Amino acid sequence: MALYSEKVMDHFRNPRNVGVIEDANGIGEVGNAKCGDIMKMYLKIENGIVEDVKFETFGCGSAIASSSMATELIKGKPVKEVRQLTNKAVAEALDGLPDYKMHCSVLAEEAIKAALEDYQSRTGISIDE
Amino acid sequence: MIYADNAATTKMSEAAVRTMVSMLEEGWGNASSLYSHGQRAKEILEKAREDIAAVIGAEPREIYFTSGGSEADNQALRSAAAFGRRKGKMHIISTAFEHHAVLHTLKALEKEGFAVTLLDVHENGLVVPAEVEAAIREDTCLVSVMYANNEIGTIQPIREIAAICKEKGVLFHTDAVQALGHIPVNAEDGFDLLSASAHKFHGPKGVGFLYARKGVPLTNLIEGGAQERGKRAGTENVPAVAAMAAALQETAGHMAENAAHMTAMRDRLIEGLKQIPHSALNGDAEKRLPGNVNFCFEGIEGESLLLLLDDKGICASSGSACTSGSLDPSHVLLAIGRVHDVAHGSLRLSIGEDITEAQIDEIIAAVKDVVTYLRGFSPIWRDLVAGKKEFIL
Repeated sequence: MALYSEKVMDHFRNPRNVGVIEDANGIGEVGNAKCGDIMKMYLKIENGIVEDVKFETFGCGSAIASSSMATELIKGKPVKEVRQLTNKAVAEALDGLPDYKMHCSVLAEEAIKAALEDYQSRTGISIDE
Repeated sequence: MIYADNAATTKMSEAAVRTMVSMLEEGWGNASSLYSHGQRAKEILEKAREDIAAVIGAEPREIYFTSGGSEADNQALRSAAAFGRRKGKMHIISTAFEHHAVLHTLKALEKEGFAVTLLDVHENGLVVPAEVEAAIREDTCLVSVMYANNEIGTIQPIREIAAICKEKGVLFHTDAVQALGHIPVNAEDGFDLLSASAHKFHGPKGVGFLYARKGVPLTNLIEGGAQERGKRAGTENVPAVAAMAAALQETAGHMAENAAHMTAMRDRLIEGLKQIPHSALNGDAEKRLPGNVNFCFEGIEGESLLLLLDDKGICASSGSACTSGSLDPSHVLLAIGRVHDVAHGSLRLSIGEDITEAQIDEIIAAVKDVVTYLRGFSPIWRDLVAGKKEFIL
């Protein structure tokens, strides 16, 4: 059996939404270099909708694939829906991750939540409504 | 495919495959049996022992066949420890960057009451003989220093360390798994115990040997029949042993020419990779195995590097945490002072004897491409380039 599912390899080889949003209004960065994974999410939220999302990731194949899949899952979605995104949903959308790589999907969830909180503190617009 | 992971395992040589297949077909008797079919297996076993002993300048009776390098390491350390315990000497000296077969055995021995000193291997990945001498105590029973490191390829001053141990009356073991068949290894070097593994020199997996100088008492790991002079029970794997001997004779027979070619290819590869900005060679540039290249690239992570190189048909390895299955990167890279951030972005390329200049250039181009690509969306790299973080390399 291969290390990763075909979905993971597809998102790793052809990551979606890679890069930076210059006028992002929510940015979240989680992880640290010591552990070998850093994820940074850039959100452009307008009228309660995630109009655009981009990511940068330093990490292994599953970290890159998790970031990519997470951006696909939230793009164009209302904030209140995005808030509900779980690491499990990311991992499932990737047709699963090896047990010891589940933390990569957790990082993706945390990066998005950190970006939403950043949006809230920058704009004063509550993400809980 | 360009196979550049020969430190992980090597392809069996034609001579080894031929020997093994013919043994499986015809020489499959039990070497302990009395009838001629068994005795023929015994003869082949003993011929292999003689051939291997001849390559390392040992006597056949000093060679004990094992299931591989890990078993040989375990038995060497446990034997020296048991001998030490009988004499009230319960201190062992080794290094911080040994193979886990040594380090984990030492951990187990610590739980059994032994004291262990792990020597620094410094930034260049080399043990300093004077520091071995300084670490030896009245109650030291064993010094264990690998011949050459498996990740960064640095070749240790084995003769000097052996001389010190001899003078102090301390047993000296060396794990020569990466060295044997690639650089000269001879009992004249002065080690008392040596571990070797066939699949690192184009022999089969699952077989290796322990060299124990005459007079060094061995402790059994596996009890049972009287095979291997009563020191390692279990029906001998004669086909594998014979194939190991064939492989070793072949690599040893071409060692000088192979080393000359591989060293030239290695240095071409090092020169090429050095041109990648913010990269660094791990381990001494001169005192290293002919086939070993190990680099750190700042701002990227090793597993994604390996996966993308695999897509380009290049097999390599890394010391990143993600490839080790733990949160910590390679203990070898940490031992030579690489910080976590940088150690995660390591790449080991261990080239084989048949590598060509064109393949080296292909590897260089591929690594450059992949490192540049991964840095392109690495948040660490962005911070480094923007001056928000200081470059380490």
